Amino acid sequence: MTNQPLVEIQSLSKSYGDVVALDDVSLSINENEFFALLGPSGCGKTTLLRVIAGFEEPDSGAVLLSGSNLLSLPPHKRPINLMFQSYALFPHLSVERNIAYGLQREKLPKEEIRARVDEVLGTVGLRDKAKSRPAQLSGGQRQRVALARAIVKRPRLLLLDEPLSALDRKVRAEMQLELKRLQHEVGITFVVVTHDQEEAMSMADRIAVMSLGQVLQIDTPIGMYQRPSSVFVADFIGTSNMFAGVAAIGGVDVPNLGLLPGKEAVPAVMGPAYLMVRPEDIQIVEGAGLLTGTVLETQFFGGASTIAVLVPGHDSPIVLTCQGSANVTRGAIAQLSWPAEKAVVLSR
Amino acid sequence: MASTVTQGRGAIRRRALGARAAFLGPGLLYVTAFMTIPLLLVLSYAFLTRGRFGGVELPVTLENFARALDPIYLRVLWNSILISSITTLLALLIGYPTAYAITRLPARWRTVALVLVVLPFWTNFLIRTYAWIVLLNSEGPINKTLVNWGLIDSPLELLYTRGAVIVGLLYAYLPLMILPIYASVERLDRSLLEAATNLGASKFRAFFDVTLPLTLPGTMIGAIFVFVPSLGNFIVPELLGGGKTVMIGNLIRDQFLKARDWPFGAVLALIMVLFLAGLFAAQAAVARRINGRSARA
Repeated sequence: MTNQPLVEIQSLSKSYGDVVALDDVSLSINENEFFALLGPSGCGKTTLLRVIAGFEEPDSGAVLLSGSNLLSLPPHKRPINLMFQSYALFPHLSVERNIAYGLQREKLPKEEIRARVDEVLGTVGLRDKAKSRPAQLSGGQRQRVALARAIVKRPRLLLLDEPLSALDRKVRAEMQLELKRLQHEVGITFVVVTHDQEEAMSMADRIAVMSLGQVLQIDTPIGMYQRPSSVFVADFIGTSNMFAGVAAIGGVDVPNLGLLPGKEAVPAVMGPAYLMVRPEDIQIVEGAGLLTGTVLETQFFGGASTIAVLVPGHDSPIVLTCQGSANVTRGAIAQLSWPAEKAVVLSR
Repeated sequence: MASTVTQGRGAIRRRALGARAAFLGPGLLYVTAFMTIPLLLVLSYAFLTRGRFGGVELPVTLENFARALDPIYLRVLWNSILISSITTLLALLIGYPTAYAITRLPARWRTVALVLVVLPFWTNFLIRTYAWIVLLNSEGPINKTLVNWGLIDSPLELLYTRGAVIVGLLYAYLPLMILPIYASVERLDRSLLEAATNLGASKFRAFFDVTLPLTLPGTMIGAIFVFVPSLGNFIVPELLGGGKTVMIGNLIRDQFLKARDWPFGAVLALIMVLFLAGLFAAQAAVARRINGRSARA
């Protein structure tokens, strides 16, 4: 089986005056993949989406869809659909006419349009709202109409621009599962743009983290979490404890704290470095640990607890999590330790 | 317990009503004094008998309404509606593309263009209308140019025609068409056009499917803004129509000021008011439909 990527983005660049929106971006997206573009606002992820959809022209670079040049096609001829952040539902058309609009542009027979609209209304569970206008729907319902309008076209690629940002928390969690289920069901490649790392982590097969127009890292959610390639990614995804120092053999030499163990320091990383440890990898041990500190506070979240420990010589408290309730109290002396292979050394 | 709660709510409601009255009061008072009362007076005149030296007398009669159905007056009404409709249509055909083009200008030039659109309003209406007499008369620049270029042998009869009246009204009220259309095109969410494009519509198609229907309420407002003052106008028909083209505005003015037949003038005025109220109701209905809030669920 040849596994040609569905979308290939090759050194795409785009700037608006002095502002660089895309800086030599290259990535590929596979068939049937749920791909997330993750980054803070202004990182260029939306520009990338708009270039793929055809609303922006890049200054240089290429976009291939199944090996053929996509940029030469006008936006209305691309086999790609976009779900807008604002949903962009036509306010003067009913739900079913909103959904039928894209099929009517394909000049499909009326019977087929009716059947496909009805089918997709069933998929998103809105058959009873077919005759309603967008203004009569709730936020979650509008989001599903926007999704239905995009997937009814059976595009090769579905782009979703911050699909859940307009929804409140509870609906958002439901829709995350819903989107994932739908993606499996309809078998369309999804590219979702989001600034919410939890959203990207929970839905995507692979994530590209972007910052200042550049792609910093492309990996699976687990890989990204366990092996961030830069301080930015480590910081952006999940919570982390950072120790600044100089890379040494077997870890990072941190002023005041000594050599803290980590994997792949010298020679992979030389000079100034950070040691990054995730909260769940730090344990409180009996006897001598790597660091000694005072418990500042504990927070109980039902299934797990967070403990903040102040270590003399380190500015910010060290955060660790444990299953169940914390078995230490505020003010207690705690010995902290972690396995060397769980700590990542990152160059500064 | 329940009664105190109701009482509390009642007090809050009364206070809210008081605040509302304080804000609405001045405007409401003004409208009542200078709009509702005259309108009621006109309504009452319509059912009275004409006084010998103007004014109105008893007895109450319906004769004035019967007179309005006289073919002479119906023809004037029809003529007025025709001229105003043509004016409105031309204003629409010129105004929509103009307004649309202004929204596509860079922000700085948009303001300049809008100032240019309303610039004529800075000059007195009469003076602007007189200027057309200068332009259109047989010795005017238009005729002179055409003769000098050899396009015509003798000057054209441009002034004192129905065409001149339409040109004058169009010139006077075109900005009132452009501004509401501009506002509604400007307000249109551009992502709706992108959505149409993304779903397979060409730019042309997206304009007819999205821009046009969603700017229809604003366009209708513009049409009403042009149609209403055109229908009631009596200066332009008099100056540019040379008294040959009588419109309902002239007729109403003549009933009050020349013929001193106030009751009949009142009837004609009422007919116009009802006609225009109907137009506004139609606009409101269309706007509601487009917005979809009160559409059938």
